[in-house]
Amino acid sequence: MKFKLKKSYMEDLELFEYKSDMVWYGAILLFLVLFPVWAGNYWTYNLTLAGVYCIAALGLNILTGYTGQISLGHAAFFAIGAYTVGYMTSILGLSYWLALPLAGVNSALIGLIVGLPALRLTGIYLAIATMSFAFIIEHVIIEWPSVTGGANGLIINRPSIGGWSLNTDASYYYLVLIMVVLFVLLTKNIIRTPPGRALVAVRDSEVAAQTMGIPLAKVKTQAFALSAFYTGIAGALFAPLINFIGPDNFTIMESINFIVMIIVGGAASIHGSIFGAIFITLLSEFIRVGKDALPTFMQQQVGFQGAVYGLIIMVFILFEPMGLYGRYLKLKYLFEVFPLYRKDTFRREKKFQKTERTR
Amino acid sequence: MFWQLFSSGMALGCVYALIALGFVLIFKATDVINFAQGEFMMLGAFVAFSLIHYAHLPFWLTVILTLVIMAAFGVLLDRTVMRFLVGEPTFSMVMFTMGLAVFFRSIAGMIWSTDTYTFPSPLQGGVIHLGTVAIAQGDIVVVFSTALLVLLLFLFFRFTDVGIAMQATSQNQFAAYLMGINVERIFSLVWALSAMVAAVAGILLAPILFLHKDMGFIGLKAFPAAVLGGFGSIPGAIVGGLIIGISENLAGGFLPLWVKDVFAYLVLIAVLIVRPEGIFGIQERKKV
Repeated sequence: MKFKLKKSYMEDLELFEYKSDMVWYGAILLFLVLFPVWAGNYWTYNLTLAGVYCIAALGLNILTGYTGQISLGHAAFFAIGAYTVGYMTSILGLSYWLALPLAGVNSALIGLIVGLPALRLTGIYLAIATMSFAFIIEHVIIEWPSVTGGANGLIINRPSIGGWSLNTDASYYYLVLIMVVLFVLLTKNIIRTPPGRALVAVRDSEVAAQTMGIPLAKVKTQAFALSAFYTGIAGALFAPLINFIGPDNFTIMESINFIVMIIVGGAASIHGSIFGAIFITLLSEFIRVGKDALPTFMQQQVGFQGAVYGLIIMVFILFEPMGLYGRYLKLKYLFEVFPLYRKDTFRREKKFQKTERTR
Repeated sequence: MFWQLFSSGMALGCVYALIALGFVLIFKATDVINFAQGEFMMLGAFVAFSLIHYAHLPFWLTVILTLVIMAAFGVLLDRTVMRFLVGEPTFSMVMFTMGLAVFFRSIAGMIWSTDTYTFPSPLQGGVIHLGTVAIAQGDIVVVFSTALLVLLLFLFFRFTDVGIAMQATSQNQFAAYLMGINVERIFSLVWALSAMVAAVAGILLAPILFLHKDMGFIGLKAFPAAVLGGFGSIPGAIVGGLIIGISENLAGGFLPLWVKDVFAYLVLIAVLIVRPEGIFGIQERKKV
């Protein structure tokens, strides 16, 4: 078992805990860079989609996983990002490279506005307020055709740099890969430094955080804006990837999708966001492919995908609330302390006294 | 025009109120937030529909049978899964019941397909004229049934031992347990009660709206109703439901039609900004 003696506070903030981690992450990065070379277009496309979802999942994880604010409305921020790019490139004819950051900023500004009333809300009230916001945005998309194309949707072309178009799946994959690496680093930097620790403190106890001098309102608003920024950028990358966006892409099911990602991957962890995004992308592919293997009467069932999704959410919350990353950590711990692992090491404590009704 | 919209909004509001009541019952007793309440309503309506349509049972027998089936369903759900969620963080419960909702919707789609059915009900029919206002008989039935159900629930909580035990459990689970109340049985009964209220809502709503696997989405509109009244307050749920139903119908009449669909949410956000704990809610403070 590796053990690191930390001698100063700064050592606790280092990007890589062990020097050997650099080798492993470098190997993963190399694998990802070479991926389109040997994998076909189909898998490259799917991995690109997973990358886009990964950025959104990171954003939701900052808000829900680290700060503890439930949002059932992240599809709205995703939509705002996608439609900002759609409006600016397809209708106004501006450059994608101008639209991409603006999509994030636009989404963050709206996140700021949504975050303000959210300051006074907690738990279930916040969940329902954000869900309401998502429903309103969904209707605005349909009822504002001059900007969003209404129910007909918008066609969005892939961008180009100089004379080099990102039309192929492989070239667009590299754009998304660069963005994912940037956003993972950004998240890691936020989380390991004081601003991120403030978020975690607010999640664990608002009263204690306030006592330690953390301005609650400011931190919560920041978390909302930051989370919306991530999701907006993800939406802006999503739109050119699938070439067409319509109101159907941004329903409440999409919000649930994001939440499934962080539950399945593991809340409050960067690895978890990545695992979750990959898992969800692969899952919908497996359901599509696996359906062909089933008997005909089951293939024709319309709600098959929904049933699988519902079951996965339930199974994970009941049996593995820390998600795939939590399972990985437990396995690692099992091997590290081999004969000493006990079943109750990671047993959850039931909190009967900690009801949400008294805060 | 105003009173016309008002009266039909009231019927819809009563249905919202019943679904909201289901949320509140479960939340008060077990601290679980049931996002699948709308799907309970949908299942109740479909069970009743199947009994009438395929088994050709008379309407009143159907209602009783549906209540029994849904109560059993509620108990089963509590015994098999929901019991393990008591004491989990809100986030897990919200997501779990959302998963449950998605799951039930898919299963309903598999059993009853995605067709829209009309629900045969003997309570439908004529129109009653009150001055210039024409009120559908079905709407009156909805309003009176809701009033009757609320009265029954009030008497149940006030005068029966089980009802009082439920109140005690909702106030403090540990204290109730120490007083010799079988808290686990109370939880099951609350789920049964809530499923029954949802089934009544489904049977009332299906004839005036439609019968479809996605009708549970109405439940998402009952959430603003429950929150509006202050989550955890039974009179609040009723008032919240009526406010949402009536204001939504009025908005549909006087504003562009699409506003009607989001009006419930606009009202909710407005109320939450002014009074975050809802109209009847009491903000409880955490003792440190």
